[in-house]
Amino acid sequence: MATTPNKVSTAPEETQQGFVYLPLIAGWLVPGAGHFLLGKWGRGALLAVSILSMFGLGIAMQGKLYGGAHDILDILGLAGDLGNGILYFISRIGGWGADQVQVTTADYGSRFIVVAGLLNVIAAVDAHNLRTERKA
Amino acid sequence: MFRPSHFAAVLLFALFASVVFGITQRDTPPRMLRYGVYCFVLFAGSAIVLSWVMFFIAR
Repeated sequence: MATTPNKVSTAPEETQQGFVYLPLIAGWLVPGAGHFLLGKWGRGALLAVSILSMFGLGIAMQGKLYGGAHDILDILGLAGDLGNGILYFISRIGGWGADQVQVTTADYGSRFIVVAGLLNVIAAVDAHNLRTERKA
Repeated sequence: MFRPSHFAAVLLFALFASVVFGITQRDTPPRMLRYGVYCFVLFAGSAIVLSWVMFFIAR
């Protein structure tokens, strides 16, 4: 199936008012919030449901939340987990997830949590692109 | 504790990742939908194909 890349808009940014990085930061902290701030309610809701579901399923599978950086894999896992924004900090404070992966589904859960964080970063960057009119 | 099968986990992963890819990588709703379906089919299809490849390698 053929797919074509997005067209890059060359609209000037001077027409925008306010803090230009707000959707990026809000989108990182709360999944979908960047799109909600821009009035993209449908897109924001779908992103929020997808990312929250992925994170929630990861926790429900007793996935591991990376807390420290002991080796390179832990650093990468921690970077992915931090992409979840406020969800990561709430989960750490609440003691959710597992400290050690002991069953296969917990390993899937750890991946779900990391990928939810990475998808949230993609969504936040998308909100920033919408804010700067790089994307329609 | 939620314990999905490996294939169920693949399908859930593919679904959520495809929704985010579709919305973020394309700029109009019809193209988002098409790209999301395309990603889902690639995720799930590649998992099925690789599973059969590993099955025949292991025999």
